[in-house]
Amino acid sequence: MAEFLANYLPAWLAYMVAGAIHVGLIINLVAVGALVFIWLERKISGRIQDRLGPTRVGGKFGWLQTLADGLKLLTKEDLVPGGADKMLFRIAPYVSFCASIAAFLAIPFAGGDYPFIVQHVNTGVFFVLAVLGLEVFGVILAGYASASKWSLFGAMREAAQVVSYEVPLGLCAVVPVMLAGSLDLVVIGDVQQGWFTNWLIFHDPATFLIFWVYFTCATASVNRAPFDLAEAESELVAGFHTEYSGLRWSFFFMAEYGSMFSVSLLASILFLGGWNGPLPITEWLGLTAANGDIAWYIGQVLGVINVIGKAVAGVCVMMWIRWTLPRLRIDQVMATCLKYCTPLAAAFFLGAVAWQWSLPGRTFFGLLESPAELQSVSEGWSDATAAATDEDEPEASEDQTVSSEPSRKVAAAKLTGAAALQIASTNLQGGK
Amino acid sequence: MGDGIYWPTFFFLLFSALACGFALAVVFSRNVVRMAFYLVMSLASTAGLFFLAGEDFVGAMQLMIYVGGTLVLLIFGVMLTSQKQFVEMKTPAGQWIVGLVTGCALVALLWMAAFETPQWQPISRAEAEAVAVQPTATPIGVALTNGRVDQLDQPDETLRGGMSSYLLPFEIVSVHLLVVLIGAAYLARAKRRSPSAAAPG
Repeated sequence: MAEFLANYLPAWLAYMVAGAIHVGLIINLVAVGALVFIWLERKISGRIQDRLGPTRVGGKFGWLQTLADGLKLLTKEDLVPGGADKMLFRIAPYVSFCASIAAFLAIPFAGGDYPFIVQHVNTGVFFVLAVLGLEVFGVILAGYASASKWSLFGAMREAAQVVSYEVPLGLCAVVPVMLAGSLDLVVIGDVQQGWFTNWLIFHDPATFLIFWVYFTCATASVNRAPFDLAEAESELVAGFHTEYSGLRWSFFFMAEYGSMFSVSLLASILFLGGWNGPLPITEWLGLTAANGDIAWYIGQVLGVINVIGKAVAGVCVMMWIRWTLPRLRIDQVMATCLKYCTPLAAAFFLGAVAWQWSLPGRTFFGLLESPAELQSVSEGWSDATAAATDEDEPEASEDQTVSSEPSRKVAAAKLTGAAALQIASTNLQGGK
Repeated sequence: MGDGIYWPTFFFLLFSALACGFALAVVFSRNVVRMAFYLVMSLASTAGLFFLAGEDFVGAMQLMIYVGGTLVLLIFGVMLTSQKQFVEMKTPAGQWIVGLVTGCALVALLWMAAFETPQWQPISRAEAEAVAVQPTATPIGVALTNGRVDQLDQPDETLRGGMSSYLLPFEIVSVHLLVVLIGAAYLARAKRRSPSAAAPG
């Protein structure tokens, strides 16, 4: 985009404008997303509890209710408790909100050669998980700086919970990474092209089960009920945000809904096919890059709708869970993580490895052939097995025996490609 | 082209100023939690420098390990151990001197290393723009499992064998960490007296 703008503007201004547009879109997505989700939460909770939820504001369905709430929050007094550490107290909501938004920088909304993504990070999964873990810092600061025992209790619980749940969450995210052979979210989404049978959740029984472990851990790591121990109205007044009011309070909620959205987006990209719909409709309609830019663009926008739709569905499931299950005790939360989620994630990870090792090149619980995109990864698997049985020679030395200048150039060029496993396998083939 | 702000330089200066500024704030702050906050900001700015250099993987590592892990634990320690509401720390003069000497020695060492390594000399803007940004995780991953792609040009045949991969050091480190984890769990476990043993309280 910056290159396009540079035709009309000076280069330095073009880069700034391009960056501002990207950031503006992301902030809008999070803020508008939060508006919609808060309304949705009210409606869903209402229906689950046999109520109607908001009905009046904005005509039908009360769809402007959140905006009215926002205006109310704007007019509230910005209170700071007398005993508080004022600077940290003021800064904490922004820390949470920044961490929540920063995760969206590396999340793609449509794939292909020119993905819809702010910054195409080569290690997207890792980046998103790293940034999502930072949100807890704002909560801890808020809890500490409030000088209130309720806040401090909430913050301590949140810290313990989030730090523990990052372990199984990371273990679950490793499985799609392994199957796609890449940490790049764009590649992970693209290997699931075609029918829904290619989605990684349906790859084998272990991935199907580990998806639910991932979803549980994601719910816990974004601090949603039944894991919302940091807020726990029945015990801690309001937990870490007891002392907050007005806009600062709403920043925490924007951060929470932003993180819910981003973990759901991550789930939909890692397991649920990302921007690829259940049926390859864009291919049937010819909305691909081969048929010109406009067709490609429409196809990409359909992909965006797909991935956001799946993520919203994920958020709705989180709300459904929230209004269905009672809150756990803190020791139960920790036991769920350490005694159930972590061992289950590890076992399913091993199961997925064993399945992929014994049935490479198959998808949909081993019933169907993998598409070409996944085949290239599974070739790496079978090659690795073949190499392990053939000879114990390290692959690097094989590579070096043919280290004439052009092949090394090729090897270097391949490094710009996506998957480490792919590279390993192609290098190996070059060596033979 | 050419005129105006060159953004990489601008952001380099911004992030390095933030990192240095917050690092100084850590030193001069007295409140422990504020120190932790400034330290987080300083480390996060360092991660920003890594991202600016196109080293996404290293930057994400910095965020995950230092900003995420270490400081959550630090705050845990502070919160669990503090006796008062907001802990204030006074640094005695002796510690100032020791700290100054250590810090200055490290800065002098890094300064010399940074400015006397021939490969690290500053390059012109045209050269900098010509450098293609390579994805960073792939060489690291390949180096971990297969062989070091940066050493394919190694002329000495005998040295190539030792350049195969980092798998062994990685394995040693992970086993070491496992031992530490088990040790921590052993030390922190709830100590229950068994009813039969008449151990003194």
